[in-house]
Amino acid sequence: MAWQWFHRLGSPRWFYQKTSAWLPWLALASVVLLAVGTVWGLGFAPEDAKQGNSYRIIFIHVPAAFLALAGYYIMAISGAIGLIWKMKLSFAVMRAAAPIGAVLTFISLFTGAVWGKPTWGTYWVWDARITSMLILLFLYIGVMALSQAVSREQVADKACALLALVGTVNIPIIYKSVDWWFTLHQPATIRLTESSSIDPSMFYPLLTMIIGFYCMYAWILLTHTRTLLLRREIRTNWVQQELAGGK
Amino acid sequence: MSSTDVQSPVSGARISPGFIALFRIEMLLALRKRADIANPLLFFVTVLALLPLGVGPEPELLAKMAPGMIWVMALLATMLSQESLFRGDFEDGTLEQLTLLPQPLYFAVLAKSLAHWIATGLPLALLSPLLALMLNLPAEGYFCLFISLFLGTASLSLIGAIGAALTVALRRPGLLLALIVMPLYVPVLIFGTGAVQAAIDGYAYSAQLAILAALLAAAAALAPLAAAGAIRISLDN
Repeated sequence: MAWQWFHRLGSPRWFYQKTSAWLPWLALASVVLLAVGTVWGLGFAPEDAKQGNSYRIIFIHVPAAFLALAGYYIMAISGAIGLIWKMKLSFAVMRAAAPIGAVLTFISLFTGAVWGKPTWGTYWVWDARITSMLILLFLYIGVMALSQAVSREQVADKACALLALVGTVNIPIIYKSVDWWFTLHQPATIRLTESSSIDPSMFYPLLTMIIGFYCMYAWILLTHTRTLLLRREIRTNWVQQELAGGK
Repeated sequence: MSSTDVQSPVSGARISPGFIALFRIEMLLALRKRADIANPLLFFVTVLALLPLGVGPEPELLAKMAPGMIWVMALLATMLSQESLFRGDFEDGTLEQLTLLPQPLYFAVLAKSLAHWIATGLPLALLSPLLALMLNLPAEGYFCLFISLFLGTASLSLIGAIGAALTVALRRPGLLLALIVMPLYVPVLIFGTGAVQAAIDGYAYSAQLAILAALLAAAAALAPLAAAGAIRISLDN
């Protein structure tokens, strides 16, 4: 009985109909949280003693970076579930997660560069964290390119899932190796602000933004997955019914 | 069709369900097509010869760039030669037959990766001191460069096999293979160049070499598994 929900989740139709009810709530939550977090963070949080106002970009930068990493694991885990239990739905989630994760990785790199200019005086440093984020972006792009290149949908699903899993094994190794590479050869001149050492007056708006980003991620991922499912299942009865009902 | 029908492209030879037999055939094929061995080496040497033309012939500058450039070129040479790792076998159906063998596909991939390494990585490592000399690398780095390439190119062959297996059914996999495989090469590159740099600077470099060996051990255990899975997926196409 306990596994019933799991098997039901494998059915695209059940998922599609169930998530229709969730979407408005997720949308509402993410819009409210992001609006509150943005106004609070940009307008009311105190100015940083050293960085002035430029630090405020963390309210975008940190949540985006969080989700860029978490998104890779979501992609890889749903790919693994698809490979193991042969679940159509989880492959759709995996395919949907790749472009979203790539965009979030790009946003975190871009905001990091914008933040780096006033803070460190340069847009780009070969810092361990930045470099491993860049490699993460390449891993995402690799998965996307492979999914474009393989013409048969089911083969592309499995191939991407395998590549995502190989990447998962490699992410910790890549991160550690880049970290050591940096510490071995360059003095540690740059420290990225850690959220643990942050003042509560800055931390709470940041937390709001992080939760808001999570909600937004879930919202976009669900919407994207639903679109993919409709496209893949276009020949089935339930999609025809959904499309007819929507008109 | 029974699995005893498996014929290798070499006339008369029979692929027995054994690692050694497959390895022997791969080596024989490599020896018959010597150009496949020579091309990566020539690529390696040619591109490195372009380097001084590009950045200027100052010995200090070249010495500074030598470890990184030699490593990056070794990486590219390995990757470019990897595209054809499973291609021939895929096109004539041998790959499909290999999946039918009573032994795990793991050993077939391992045998092919090992043969690929002996045909490309090992000659690159053997040739590297000569290029190091031409690029004015300090003499302290020679031995370390050789050992690091010896260990590192083997890891590259194994990791690249995953990409080759994923893209074997595609018509033009070249750039896609690079896109998939390059990020996975990063740790090997970092520790390889790190070891050589440490050797040149007069520090102990056994730690980096140990990590390279550990990466190789992990790659030998895991990469053929992933590549075997990828071959089965590609054969569905």
